[in-house]
Amino acid sequence: MEWLSHLWATGLGTVRDVLPIAGIILTFQLLVIRKPVANPKRVLTGFVYVLIGIALFLEGLEMALFPLGKLMAQQLTDPVFIGANSVAGHVQWQAYFWVYIFAACIGFSSALAEPSLIAVALKAEEISGGAIKATGLRLAVALGAALGIALGTYRIVTGTALYIYIIAGYIIVIVQTAYSPRVIVGLAYDSGGVTTSTVTVPLVTALGIGLASSVPGRSPLLDGFGLIAFTCLFPIISVLAYSQIAAWRARRVRSV
Amino acid sequence: MEFFRNRFFRQLASSLLNLLPIVTVILVFQILIIQAPVPDAARLLVGMLLVVLGLGFFMQGLEQGLFPIGEAIAHAFARKGSLLWLLIFGFTLGFGTTVAEPALIAIAQQAASIAADGGMISATAAAKASYALGLRITIALSVGFAVMIGVLRIVFGWPLPYVIIAGYCGVILMTLFAPPEVIGIAYDSGGVTTSTITVPLVTALGVGLASAIKGRNPMIDGFGLIAFASLTPMIFVMGYGAFIKWNG
Repeated sequence: MEWLSHLWATGLGTVRDVLPIAGIILTFQLLVIRKPVANPKRVLTGFVYVLIGIALFLEGLEMALFPLGKLMAQQLTDPVFIGANSVAGHVQWQAYFWVYIFAACIGFSSALAEPSLIAVALKAEEISGGAIKATGLRLAVALGAALGIALGTYRIVTGTALYIYIIAGYIIVIVQTAYSPRVIVGLAYDSGGVTTSTVTVPLVTALGIGLASSVPGRSPLLDGFGLIAFTCLFPIISVLAYSQIAAWRARRVRSV
Repeated sequence: MEFFRNRFFRQLASSLLNLLPIVTVILVFQILIIQAPVPDAARLLVGMLLVVLGLGFFMQGLEQGLFPIGEAIAHAFARKGSLLWLLIFGFTLGFGTTVAEPALIAIAQQAASIAADGGMISATAAAKASYALGLRITIALSVGFAVMIGVLRIVFGWPLPYVIIAGYCGVILMTLFAPPEVIGIAYDSGGVTTSTITVPLVTALGVGLASAIKGRNPMIDGFGLIAFASLTPMIFVMGYGAFIKWNG
């Protein structure tokens, strides 16, 4: 029954996270808007569902996926697993082959499981009247996250400065924005921040810290950071690219 | 009740589908690459069951609670026509949801150790605690500011790309001045501030505003609030780092 008390603690933690939000909404509703909410009962049960949902979700992740995922990040970056290369004190980046593959797979799959991304994708499908498909958008974001995290692990291994990648990414985003359909731009910009949430952050952080502490010459404190920034940036690029490809294909169909 | 049950089961089924990839990845790597047995399969199964149930509840609550309340508030403010209150609400929402965010608390503590190791602050527990608290408040302020700017943008219809590009320039400019110990954390802090409850609420607020205000298109103008909330923390945190370095 030990896990029950743990579940209770997670539940309490979630309540504590939701309280400020509920407080703000209630205060403004009562003092500023001063109009009753439509369907207050339904909304309230909705909030309770969100609470229960997040608590169960986190608890389940802690029980099943996080320990394995974090352990895996450590094992894959272990010098013993990487092989003899690291003994010489000089590591070739190719030795970390499995780390890049793992990083990409974890990025892809955890983005697909991310509740906030599901929420935003559903909203986008609803507003666009179905022109944007929730699944297509999530796949595009997941591809971006995969690419971003893989590149981020490569950066940790090679030890290149973080800002070079980020600024290069910004330039790509700016160029893409100039050529993208206007309707997608806001959504694309949002998809970056949305991806880094409940599922992705703990797994990616574990990977970054594991990697930075095992690669010779890297410090987990200084080089372990930056993976989240990659995960934030690359989905923007991939969603813009997805819309450009869709627009290009639509044009080609029309011109044929 | 029948309707709800059906819907709920549909939602559970789609939750299962959403989780399948990550479970597959972890199991395949565990068995084929690391070649270790899966420890405690029963625990894994129960955990997965909880995750699927949790996601199902979350989705139901999203459609029933978070999305409607976000949009209702946006519409109420638009009808009321008070920009000031709307901005105050946006700021409070951004600040309030961020300051207590667990992921942020964790990252702020880590950042304090880095700053102490790098000699930016003294290595005492008190100095670290005050640095971490300062960092959290800085990030929370920046998210509040971001939601405020985002709301202003929707109300006045400023084109999103220009504002974002200005933000990018801000990040690049601050990178030049920020102490190196703080750059990595600053870049990451943008991502960790947007939590699972904040995202749907803020998205609904933006979309609701854009559909309530004449001449705005919810698709073009409604999104972008999250983008600001992940951009401004980078600028503010680098500013905070530079300030501490030069005044500490």
